Amino acid sequence: MKTMKLMGTTILALAVGLGPALAQMTAVGEGEGQLDIVAWPGYVERGDTDKAYDWVTKFEADTGCKVNVKTANTSDEMVALMNEGGFDLVTASGDASLRLVAGKRVQPINTDLIPSWAKVDARLKDAPWFTVDGVHYGVPYQWGPNVLMYNTDVFKEAPKSWSVVFEPQDLPDGKPNEGRVQAYDGPIYIADAALYLMAHKPELGIKSPYQLNEDQYKAALDLLRGQRKLVGRYWHDAYIQMDDFKNEGVVASSSWPFQVNLLISEKQPIASTIPEEGATGWADTTMLHAEAAHPNCAYKWMEHTLNSNLQSDLSTWFGSNPVVPEACTDKSGMQTKEGCTANGMDDFEKIHFWTTPTAKCEQGECVPYYRWVSDYIAVIGGR
Amino acid sequence: MPAPAIIQPKGLSDRLTALFWRRPRLLLGLLLVPPLFWLGVVYLGSLFSLLIQSFYSIDEFSGMVVPEFTLKTYAELFRAANLDIIIRTLLMAAAVTLGAALIAFPIAYYAARFAKGRWKAVFYLGIMLPLWSSYLVKVYAWKLILAKEGIVTWAAGITGTSSLLDAVLALPVVGGGSLSTSYIGMFLVFTYVWLPYMILPMQASLERVPTSMLEASADLGATRAQTFRTVVLPLAMPGVIAGSIFTFSLTLGDYIIPQIIGNSASFIGMAVYQLQGTAGNTPLAAAFAVVPILIMLAYLGFAKRAGAFDAL
Repeated sequence: MKTMKLMGTTILALAVGLGPALAQMTAVGEGEGQLDIVAWPGYVERGDTDKAYDWVTKFEADTGCKVNVKTANTSDEMVALMNEGGFDLVTASGDASLRLVAGKRVQPINTDLIPSWAKVDARLKDAPWFTVDGVHYGVPYQWGPNVLMYNTDVFKEAPKSWSVVFEPQDLPDGKPNEGRVQAYDGPIYIADAALYLMAHKPELGIKSPYQLNEDQYKAALDLLRGQRKLVGRYWHDAYIQMDDFKNEGVVASSSWPFQVNLLISEKQPIASTIPEEGATGWADTTMLHAEAAHPNCAYKWMEHTLNSNLQSDLSTWFGSNPVVPEACTDKSGMQTKEGCTANGMDDFEKIHFWTTPTAKCEQGECVPYYRWVSDYIAVIGGR
Repeated sequence: MPAPAIIQPKGLSDRLTALFWRRPRLLLGLLLVPPLFWLGVVYLGSLFSLLIQSFYSIDEFSGMVVPEFTLKTYAELFRAANLDIIIRTLLMAAAVTLGAALIAFPIAYYAARFAKGRWKAVFYLGIMLPLWSSYLVKVYAWKLILAKEGIVTWAAGITGTSSLLDAVLALPVVGGGSLSTSYIGMFLVFTYVWLPYMILPMQASLERVPTSMLEASADLGATRAQTFRTVVLPLAMPGVIAGSIFTFSLTLGDYIIPQIIGNSASFIGMAVYQLQGTAGNTPLAAAFAVVPILIMLAYLGFAKRAGAFDAL
């Protein structure tokens, strides 16, 4: 019996000792020699894809932290990987970051330990998708809009409204849009419909496309059900979408600057715009796992990601915007002022950034994310 | 004095041989350990952990799995949208199986009964050849063939059959904007990809139908159609059913073709992939994964009754 008790207390002591360190760090020590990051594809490049884009090799040489990257294709996948554990950092978008905070998978960041914090875009410093009750749970990494990509042979002028992908109509070439437009194959796309309704059905009173009460949500789903009849195939793989624009006769769709830039580089008749309703967008944050095994390397990396050269090159590579505004103009990398403007740097106010829809919201009760997931699958299934 | 005629064991291998000779069961046991380990731990173990997962549920906001026993996840399967997915997959699997059987039978019949010598080799090679190239490459190739601006549309334009193609695509439910975004296109690709798995068992069973029986049937005055209906088909049925098990189960579980071809509506495999890989909803994914297992168990029961395994 005594031994049992002893074993019990030992296990308890171990459990307490191994529990997550909830307090934030107070000093950055020596690197642990390794760093494991969950990132979007193309986000952490070490020159493998293109020699000119490498922001890892030098970091490894300077700090001795060997960087391992695990890529994830969707926000949900990122949350799943962080829940499994074994990683230090994640480049989480706004629709994942609050879930990670709520699930206690990430820890607060001590911004005093990151000297470059002062250079971060003032518009992003306290952004609600990673700041909870004034506590910062990460460092901004990049942001960008979900643009309207269109075929310039069909649209001589940029479409002014998202209605080309939402409402049945004839496009400028005189043929109907049915079967020639696409939508994103992810539940967060419901927000795009809500954003459209915000401008066109003001009586619904939508304040934020991510905070919808039952009526507003129903209206958004109805709009999407109508869109289902126009869409031949939804996109979720960037390369399949590019193929559909080339071979499937698709002429307009929500998309990322990434596809737009690649198609333009292939000399396809493609351009993009942010219509008058504005656009949804993503803002990614580097977040630190609550049980990170290599916190010192992680802090060194977060400081490293804010240097102007990395921000500049990364934004050119990914078609995104730097979180350090001077990266647009100081010529530290490949980005230029015009390039930033093309990626949407000046449209910050028009962009509604992805955040996780929660049951509690400013207008009281809202439809939470898990229902977005199942309902969007149903809409795509034609129900 | 000559030495006694006993060969002394020389080394380890000799001693082992002697041991195995004296105790044959030991050798049998040793040989059986790896496959039994594989079946028991790797296969049944993972299947079992899947089953357990399907009785858990998920915390809807943080996405963490709650490891408490509940039937909530299974109840979710019966929501209209999820039932749609199951029925859609079942219908597609049934259609593909039927289509593959209809196309495969004449090919298998010819290969088994009439092809001789070199032609037989050509047939085998022709059937196996598609299996040697990558599955993904084949599917992407089909996406290009079926695309709106692809080969089929082009060929229809040249031969003046565009109106026929449009009429087919205008069909309700199965039609669509182009072949590559319709169920018809998906059916074509599925049938193409799984066809060899139907032909090979069919051919094997057709080859085993004795010629003497056909002759007897003819001697007794049966017409060729009667012989086919009452002799060939029943004797070849086990092969047809064995082939259908392949095409049916492969279609039930596939998640790549519905992602690339078709109109983005979910299939069971795709739902499992999305729910477990991307949404982190392992319990619902596991519950979905149990569905094809149950369907296949029922199907195998039916196949056993029809005698598909008698020839094994």
